[in-house]
Amino acid sequence: MSILKSREAQLALAIAILTAGIALRFPAFVTPANLAGVFNDTSPLMILAIGQMIVILTKCIDLSVAANLALCGMVAALMNGAGVPLALIVPAVVALGAALGAVNGLLVWKVGIPSIVVTLGTMTIYRGTIFLMTAGKWVNAHQMTAEFKALPRASLLGLPVMSWVAIALILLFALVMTRTALGRAFFAVGGNPHAAVYTGIDVGRTQCAAFVLSGALAGLVGYLWVARYAVAYVDIAGGFELDVVAACVIGGISIAGGVGSVGGAVLGAIFLGVIKNALPVIGISPFWQMAISGIAILLAVAFNASQSRVKGRIILKPAEA
Amino acid sequence: MSILKKALTTAALATALMAQSAMAENVKIALVVKALGIGFFEAANKGAEEAAKELGDVDIIYTGPTDTTAEGQIEVINSLIAQGVNAIAISANDPDAVAPTLQKAMERGITVISWDSGVAKEGRQMHLNPSSSALIGNTIIKLAADHMPEGGDVAILSATSTSTNQNVWIEEAKKVLPNYPGINLVAVVYGDDLADKSYREAQGLIATYPNLKAIIAPTTVGILAASQAVTDAGLIGKINVTGLGLPSEMAGAVESGATESFAIWNPIDLGYAATMISYNLVKGTAKAEPGAEIPMGRMGAAKLDDNNEAAMSDPFTYDKSNIEQFKSIF
Repeated sequence: MSILKSREAQLALAIAILTAGIALRFPAFVTPANLAGVFNDTSPLMILAIGQMIVILTKCIDLSVAANLALCGMVAALMNGAGVPLALIVPAVVALGAALGAVNGLLVWKVGIPSIVVTLGTMTIYRGTIFLMTAGKWVNAHQMTAEFKALPRASLLGLPVMSWVAIALILLFALVMTRTALGRAFFAVGGNPHAAVYTGIDVGRTQCAAFVLSGALAGLVGYLWVARYAVAYVDIAGGFELDVVAACVIGGISIAGGVGSVGGAVLGAIFLGVIKNALPVIGISPFWQMAISGIAILLAVAFNASQSRVKGRIILKPAEA
Repeated sequence: MSILKKALTTAALATALMAQSAMAENVKIALVVKALGIGFFEAANKGAEEAAKELGDVDIIYTGPTDTTAEGQIEVINSLIAQGVNAIAISANDPDAVAPTLQKAMERGITVISWDSGVAKEGRQMHLNPSSSALIGNTIIKLAADHMPEGGDVAILSATSTSTNQNVWIEEAKKVLPNYPGINLVAVVYGDDLADKSYREAQGLIATYPNLKAIIAPTTVGILAASQAVTDAGLIGKINVTGLGLPSEMAGAVESGATESFAIWNPIDLGYAATMISYNLVKGTAKAEPGAEIPMGRMGAAKLDDNNEAAMSDPFTYDKSNIEQFKSIF
């Protein structure tokens, strides 16, 4: 327990040091307004990282999150164009995202294809579907209603709605992962699949549930993304699935499954978010930016790997973890 | 299905042949586009019709495949050769694949030029570029300068740092900076043509340069993302976002005032110029050879370089006055 706790504390410390370092070069970065902006900008990454974490816990990986996000975002934009009220669009895209996630989940569960292959395939299929729906055309700001674009940026108690959505989901999933049978099942399935079967947990079904959750979150972020950037086209969030996986890995979630926490995923996302937001303002050559992001990821992973891991297999960890 | 298609083609050919005998003296110019049903090319056809009206003795045959394939264009070119058109002006789906068929057309005495998207040198007499790197570089700076009479800081938001055309345009833009006293280029940043990264880079520019008056984004993703970032920061009227974009995509930004004006090639002018050049080459009033100047009516003259390529004009500027007209076109 103390080891896991300290790992998150160490990551939080690393973020604090990073932020302080940035502040030395660009003091305005640490103003509360800017930090709130960074948090808001990182919200989609945090939400997706939570979904990805659950999938990774079950020894799977979901590479189709960004494509799912893009497809749901495009559907949201098209529904908006067709005059569907916003109160219907949001549940509809969450349901669509969950359904797309279920496609991944069922292929993994019922057909038994490795998740990396399944989601590589659906990733392309989902992007291709957007192209089929739109023939490559963009949905632009002036084709969206003001209400559609306003929701994520509407301010509530000083923070935009998008940030509040992220905060609510972090709290919800922290509770689900530690206090519900399903949440514990995700850990059990990844930690020791055989033991999980003996305790009466259906491994395939639990993995499928993880994909459905990841898909539903991607669907929600699809709407938030399209509304925030006020544009929908085939390539939105291109390559974002790698950021999501990177956030999880930085957050100490074991790719081998069974180890991880909501807090870790969120901190991993924030770590990447701080780097992404800081690079444009600290005046580093753009030619270096990609290399710096990569080095930061590798350092964080190496740091995690060098941490003493719990030896042996974990079936169920204490609920406080 | 294929029988029906053949019958239709025969009927179309017969009609065309009859039309040919009816107006034997008219110059028949075929405008071959990448695919039918694309707003950009429909607009180019409008320009071609305008040129035909001005010239009087020209028939425009606007044609192309139903999807953007080189095979489809080859079929179309073959049928145009059979129809005995005087000139083919093509925007090619593939520079090399269509070249042999176009060579065949030239052997039959048909004038062949390419426009917009070029054909390999051996497959055409000349190529008309919508604009040139130098003209684009100058235009993007001018767009920013036009709206900052007192001068000030500007920054460029590009696509990827390795994008060839973007880098050439930025180089050309830097070259003309001395012609715009008071305009101070403070940064060139790269949004990688990703909406989220471009948005963050624009936010970074706004935070880093408090005196920033304009963001120049010569890329469609970047200009949209920067407009959104400026709108969200509540800086409409303080920071003008400009660059290259498509009217259909930029209509919202122009409406909100985040973008005063932006530029892109005008497809109507392009169709017009391609028709004028084809006509002059058919009539023999000009020859397609390096250094030649071919008249393009109201668009001036196209000066050919060593590769028999010419640039039409400055990119066309769009603002509040004409965005409504063009946003439904392309």
